[in-house]
Amino acid sequence: MTDPIVETRGLEMRFPLPTHFLSREKPVLHALNTVDVAIQPGESFCVVGESGCGKTTLGRAIMGLLDPSAGEIHFNGQRIDTMDDAARKPVRRDMQMVFQNPYASLNPRRNVFETLAEPIRHLMPEKSAADVRAQVEAVLDATGCDQSWQRKLPHEFSGGQRQRIAIARALVTNPAFIVADEPISALDVSIQAQILNLMTDLQADRGLTYLFITHDLSVVEHFGTRVAVMYLGRIMELATAEEIFAAPRHPYTQLLLDAIPKLEGGSFDNPREPGELPDPVNMPPGCPFAPRCHMAQSRCRSERPELRELPGGTRAACHFAE
Amino acid sequence: MISFSAFVKRFLSDPVAIGAGLVLLVLLLMAVLAPLLAPQNPYDLMQLSIMDSEMPPSWKPGGDDRFPLGTDAQGRGVLSTIMYGTGISLLIGLGAVVVQGVLGITLGLVAGYKGGWIDSFLMRLADIQLSLSTLMMAIIALALFQAAFDANVYADYAIIMLILVIGIAEWPKFARTVRSSVLGEKKKEYVDAARVIGLPARKIMWGHILPNTLTPVLVISTIQVAEAIMIEASLSFLGLGMPVDRPSLGSLIRSGFEFIFSGSWWITLYPAIVLVVLILALNLMGDWLRDVLNPKLRRGED
Amino acid sequence: MAMLDVSDLHVAFPRGKSEVEALRGVNLTLEKGERLGVVGESGAGKSMLAFAILNLIAEPGRVSQGRIEFHGENLLDLSERDIRGIRGNRISMIFQDPMVTLNPVLTIGTQMVETLKAHRRITDAQAHRLCVEKLKQVAIPSAESRLDAYPHELSGGLRQRVVIAIALLTDPEVIIADEPTTALDVTIQAEIMALILKLCRDNDVALILITHDLGVVAEVTERIMIMYAGLCVETGSTRGIIRAPRHPYTAGLLKALPQFAGRGARLYQIPGSMPPITALPTGCAYHPRCDRATAECRSRIPPLEHGHACFHPLDQTEAAS
Repeated sequence: MTDPIVETRGLEMRFPLPTHFLSREKPVLHALNTVDVAIQPGESFCVVGESGCGKTTLGRAIMGLLDPSAGEIHFNGQRIDTMDDAARKPVRRDMQMVFQNPYASLNPRRNVFETLAEPIRHLMPEKSAADVRAQVEAVLDATGCDQSWQRKLPHEFSGGQRQRIAIARALVTNPAFIVADEPISALDVSIQAQILNLMTDLQADRGLTYLFITHDLSVVEHFGTRVAVMYLGRIMELATAEEIFAAPRHPYTQLLLDAIPKLEGGSFDNPREPGELPDPVNMPPGCPFAPRCHMAQSRCRSERPELRELPGGTRAACHFAE
Repeated sequence: MISFSAFVKRFLSDPVAIGAGLVLLVLLLMAVLAPLLAPQNPYDLMQLSIMDSEMPPSWKPGGDDRFPLGTDAQGRGVLSTIMYGTGISLLIGLGAVVVQGVLGITLGLVAGYKGGWIDSFLMRLADIQLSLSTLMMAIIALALFQAAFDANVYADYAIIMLILVIGIAEWPKFARTVRSSVLGEKKKEYVDAARVIGLPARKIMWGHILPNTLTPVLVISTIQVAEAIMIEASLSFLGLGMPVDRPSLGSLIRSGFEFIFSGSWWITLYPAIVLVVLILALNLMGDWLRDVLNPKLRRGED
Repeated sequence: MAMLDVSDLHVAFPRGKSEVEALRGVNLTLEKGERLGVVGESGAGKSMLAFAILNLIAEPGRVSQGRIEFHGENLLDLSERDIRGIRGNRISMIFQDPMVTLNPVLTIGTQMVETLKAHRRITDAQAHRLCVEKLKQVAIPSAESRLDAYPHELSGGLRQRVVIAIALLTDPEVIIADEPTTALDVTIQAEIMALILKLCRDNDVALILITHDLGVVAEVTERIMIMYAGLCVETGSTRGIIRAPRHPYTAGLLKALPQFAGRGARLYQIPGSMPPITALPTGCAYHPRCDRATAECRSRIPPLEHGHACFHPLDQTEAAS
């Protein structure tokens, strides 16, 4: 195995919750709990889970939008979470992000050229004005945007077009690694395929590595190389995409797979018990999934299963996975 | 968001907006061009004659064609003083709003973007300031100032003092407006996108967030000009504003007030009418701007 | 005769001096106990259809043409008072955001009892009993105590269950559900849709399910209507259409789903995007995106015949592949 392009070690993220300033309790939300991932170059590493599972927090921590409470983040072998702004600047060129909502991710008062030129101007100050223009034109071509868009404002575009522009912005400094946080879930069905294809093509052309955050397993099946299934700030299962769909080891993964609406042979005929996330502030001891798990036994409620390697390379955090 | 051409179209289709806009334009031109248009220069003592004092408007018996709206107790033409006085009132109003804006926008931006104790501190400061009435603070400041310096120095610096006092007293209104829009804007992903490339906070605040909070700022600016003119008029009416030899609309109303019961109503009435029309036009304009620019009040478009 | 029969429905919004149509002549029939899926992208007019049926089109929009017959009575002729006897009573609605239906400052119990008393002459004790019964029907744990809860004390999934319980309170004949699970997680979506399916079957309630998700429609409904730019472009049995779509748009939507492409293979993609109602092309609104379009498609709007509105539909063998 080659060296990972991005690696987290024991990553933790705790958010203090707002309280009355006199209250003694200091409740803390554990958004990430000892998360270890190692993303190989050229991968489409997918993170799936329900809202509140910490998948977006993980992406944001890697991008430096959030400071981890504990643990390390490495990029190409360098530790980046402790870098100061000056040291981090060259790294920022190589990692970029695409956001979920194309209606909020573009500054409504800036035209497309300004939006695309800003990362170059800031991160590559050595570039001349002509270079900036050439680079913007090149990235517009690469993402299927028309050159005439340069002087237009975001409100003149549809959601799909905006997401193309957002992808162009992420690519304009020629990064090697991109965090894509639910990049297609705000788009219409017929547009989702366009954006997914664009991302696939760009990966083939430029050798990109993706961290793809999504709640939609059917996209993962099509797009992902490896998958981390997260639940309440922890990784429950980590496996190749083929393995996850062929032989899910963790009961939570199974639950997620069952929940996908299917065109043929659906399972919605069977009523399901209401499942709710436990309170993430006061987590029960033991397995966080135990309250919803049909296989849960007394051991699951007292002892928390660690993520362990199973035969075949899959890793799962379940006492009964094999 | 509304495009410029749509904005003009909305303006031209609304009679109230056109009316208020025209009135403002006329008053502004009148004030700016006062040295060219006014029959006399009321600041030039050489042109004044005590013989002309308290003359009624020209159409009244005893009126003089040189003074279409009559004269005041010092023999200044009421029309001329109104033209010059409107200019001073507008200057103070606009100047005070510039001071409020610069202070309020900066502090509001910092409070909203930085959050935490900076935000708490600035907003409590704003609360304290808002709980003291502007007029009260201005009265104290100006009374001290008047007591500390002699009348000539005061007269020279009265405009600057009024602008500063009204400007500083009213910054919380801008700060609160800006802060609340910043809180909305900073959650949006375009701010995250700017942070991803490591843009410093200063550039994000001024380059990305501020332009998206200017709409409400524009709306309150209009209303605040009216407010500042009103405060200045009140202060002048109380004798703490502009001195009598460089009168604003407020000091004109005051200077005529003593003569109302002796029958010289014109000295007070005409400046008062101009003041009311000016304030009304500004407020109508502000309301209209809010209706057009605030998307929450707009329905069925875009 | 169908229980609900919508014919030639047009909804128009003023724009400048003229009007634009958000619905351009939609027909819909619904039998007792039938489950119909209305599928389309945002802006296709699918929510507009639901709002029009309940006479809830917001000003300045209006139903400019057409009939909405419920048990033979045209709802468009009814007074606001009479329509209230039907809306929320014989036809219930479930919205995407439960907080649209639930009042945040009132307890669940108060809101449920209020809804009941608006439509039924009933004592408080009876109402209370009925509310608990309905909450149990939607599988809310410890239903009795939930009556005193405020909406914000419940999770998103439970809230949507409460909304469904409220929709069921008056034993409606039709439930219109507008994207009821879009705001929810996939696992909760599966629970809620399974619940809606079960309740409709058990109580013989008809369902109009409005969604953009073909998978959900395939799981829950018996018949589909595919909408595009204010018109129905294809309708028929859910099974039939999903196995063999005739309209190129439907076929494209299905082929674009990730589960149809092999791993890593390119997805089929429909070029372009749906035109806004203010800038519709002449003829078939889909022709600029369609690879089968001919001169006829560009000049004339294809009528809805044999379940599809297309001059050049896919033939059966093509469609099934």
